[in-house]
Amino acid sequence: MSVEVRFASRRDFLGGLFSTGALILGARNLPARNTPDLDVTKSAWNPSVFLGLNTDGSVIIVAHRSEMGTGIRTSLPMVVADELGADWSRVRVEQAIGDKRYGSQDTDGSQSIRDFYVIMRETGATARLMLERAAAAKWHVPAAECRADNHQVIHAASHRTLSFAELITAAAAQPVPQKSEIVLKDPAEFKYIGKGVPSVDLTDICTGRAIYGFDVLVPGMVYASIERPPVLGGKLKHFDDSAAKQVRGVQQTVVIDEAKPPYAFQALGGVAVIADNTWAASQGRKKLKIDWEYGPHAIFDSGAYKKSLLEAATKPQKVVRNAGDVDAALSSATKVIEASYYTPLLAHAPMEPPAAVAHYRDGKVEAWAATQDPQAVQETVAKAVGIQANDVICHVTLLGGAFGRKSKPDYVAEAAILSKKIGKPVKISWTREEDIHFDYFHSTAGMYFKAAVDSSGRPQALLARSVYPPIGSTFDDKQRYSDTGELSLGLIDIPFDIPNIRAENGPAEAHVRIGWLRSVANIYHAFGVQSFMDELAAAAGQDPVEYWLAALGSPRKIDFEAEKTKYENYGKSITDYPLDTGRLRKVVEVVAERSGWANRKPAKGQGWGFAAHRSFLTYVAAVAQVEVDTAGKLRIPRVDLAVDCGPVINPDRVKSQFEGAAVFGVSVAVLGEITAADGRVQQSNFNDYLVARINEAPSETHVHLINTEGLPTGAGEPGVPPMAPAICNAIYAATGKRIRELPIRKQRLT
Amino acid sequence: MIHLKVNGASKAFSGDPEMPLLWYLRDELLLTGSKFGCGIGICGACTVHVNGQPVRSCVVAMSSLAGKEVITIEGLSLHADHPVQLAWAQINVPQCGYCQSGQIMQAAALLKSKPNPTAHDIDEAMQGNICRCGTYQRIREAIKAAAEVKA
Repeated sequence: MSVEVRFASRRDFLGGLFSTGALILGARNLPARNTPDLDVTKSAWNPSVFLGLNTDGSVIIVAHRSEMGTGIRTSLPMVVADELGADWSRVRVEQAIGDKRYGSQDTDGSQSIRDFYVIMRETGATARLMLERAAAAKWHVPAAECRADNHQVIHAASHRTLSFAELITAAAAQPVPQKSEIVLKDPAEFKYIGKGVPSVDLTDICTGRAIYGFDVLVPGMVYASIERPPVLGGKLKHFDDSAAKQVRGVQQTVVIDEAKPPYAFQALGGVAVIADNTWAASQGRKKLKIDWEYGPHAIFDSGAYKKSLLEAATKPQKVVRNAGDVDAALSSATKVIEASYYTPLLAHAPMEPPAAVAHYRDGKVEAWAATQDPQAVQETVAKAVGIQANDVICHVTLLGGAFGRKSKPDYVAEAAILSKKIGKPVKISWTREEDIHFDYFHSTAGMYFKAAVDSSGRPQALLARSVYPPIGSTFDDKQRYSDTGELSLGLIDIPFDIPNIRAENGPAEAHVRIGWLRSVANIYHAFGVQSFMDELAAAAGQDPVEYWLAALGSPRKIDFEAEKTKYENYGKSITDYPLDTGRLRKVVEVVAERSGWANRKPAKGQGWGFAAHRSFLTYVAAVAQVEVDTAGKLRIPRVDLAVDCGPVINPDRVKSQFEGAAVFGVSVAVLGEITAADGRVQQSNFNDYLVARINEAPSETHVHLINTEGLPTGAGEPGVPPMAPAICNAIYAATGKRIRELPIRKQRLT
Repeated sequence: MIHLKVNGASKAFSGDPEMPLLWYLRDELLLTGSKFGCGIGICGACTVHVNGQPVRSCVVAMSSLAGKEVITIEGLSLHADHPVQLAWAQINVPQCGYCQSGQIMQAAALLKSKPNPTAHDIDEAMQGNICRCGTYQRIREAIKAAAEVKA
């Protein structure tokens, strides 16, 4: 078990990876404007740093996105291999260190495939063309007659073949083709895209050999455990470490300065115990005696806070979308329906808590981290120890789950600060209690909806209001209102064809660090909107799916610009990725058909619920079947999810993401809640912060992928938002009990 | 000095007798396949076999292990070919994979005691093992598949 084999320390990864004489679509063949010091994110055409071929024909493909369970470390390299005409068994995947030359490595927002699918295809196709041209030159035939397939180039007319190995040197001498010369494969020719290959990490995972942040071993490293200010913004007044130092294996204690607002990705500060092993460090930390000054956030009480959010949501707030005249329609309506909804703070609680090793040496840091964003690690660590970002090397391990938590590298900053102070490599591995106390929490929201309905029950006006501490508060402590980006997650983009529609956002001060969690604000917005639509359907005495489709109206692309509404569309062009209600309708029709909605015959205590939502440019409809027994115990026998995420690249992994999202959705809907008193988070571990276990998960989840043409969209997150409303709507169908507050387990169902 | 066997090899431990087995395995023997998830024995990520029984190694003190035989994920099979491992790979159970060594050890112990578990048996035996990615459906399927191979 050699440490060096696991993580070679080398800055010049290209030089280290590829043997001399190899075709490196990289430094050597890089167009002149793309010198390594330039920010390649500005350059749309830079396929090069992802691919190398050795003279023995072996292919190395760089995975630059983080693997946290989506299969992306396999899926993107697989795309390159397919376009290249490579044999997957001769491909080795190497994990990239943090480096801007790869473009964004921030593995969140369900964007790896949608942002890099075409780039990966072009990368493979570029190298394929160079190999084909090299073969054509050897055979003196037109390149157009040569075709790369199965790790060789074939000239069909003369039945000649040359292996990649035989062509590498000649191909390397070819000029890099212009983008206009590249012809991507016809999808009918795909060998791997749309079919999939097993994860490159599968065997390692099943044998315990896979290496996560928690598993990094660096020679000479010590183990640290930190007692942090229990309330955000708290300060160390006085501490006594004499008992801690008596613990066997404890070496020393080190003070880390408290973070100052805005907290962003700073280390929170506190007192660190440095020890020979994880156990000794944690035992030593328990023996610290510390007096804290708690600071202004000690007033935070989640119960009172909830009331203030819900109250603010009933009052006029900042208008963020306004079409028609909602007030006029409401005042002249024959019937008005209103409802308030609430969702609590949530913790990410990935199975692997935050963990990293950092080694400060000679003004540089080498870090190994379970991180979703190694470039953010470079910037954060550099700031924390006063060096330049490009003097930080960040190796990326596998991530034992992340869900957004590991986009925030405060824990890597801790390791780096401690390493600088003590001059040794330092390992930080958070306990579950630290993970839950010091998360970047998913925000808590109070929402209010009011609709005017006509005599047929159809909505003529809709007012939608949400109030929650915004993510922006973590980066600007004065921020109270939400950014357009966050409001674009399910509040602004309500898709129904309602003539008068207005969305509003109210201010809220954050008392904990707020962060993004799998599907972000879509969680509460979809819960509110999709529950309220079900309430309107019930008030109209209509079938929820039929009512919903009628309200959605005829297929159209929502024109936010004509409404003068600011809408962010997940950072993508609304022309390329319109909000197409026709696609939304389609997933609803598919889920209804495949679940057997129209012919459902629930017995007493059983109910079916429905919800549909577009997020991360993907359209998802959900049907949940529930059973509530006489004691009020909830069971979820079956969930159906219909998904349109454009063309599907790796179907089994996309399916698994939606199967997982159904379970994550159960955790969100039924179980999860973070509360606070006196500024302190009250939950600490899986005994009081509950997440779904096997017996609480849906017994069956059926994922129906609609493989559409066009551009691929997100897969990791969009399964989550429709789950909570589908479950709550099913509970209503089963029991007549309307759930307006999460988690469901706090509600009486009988 | 505490003498025990880990994956068939004799070991002697002279550290803090209160140290949980998990940290001995991970920090001293560098067997990092067993994972930390909660530290209080309620998530199952650290599951290993002690004398054939599944235990949460994060709450088993070294002092209780004299003369015991510990098997970790690294020692479950020589060639990644335990029926549970094969079924796990065939059905592509893992997502992030972090909890899976614990899941596999728990499932292997279940099949040893109940070669043909019912759906209810599986949910009962596996509810101590959390998977935050939500691979439960495939875990059920893989246990059934492994049971068929064994039977």
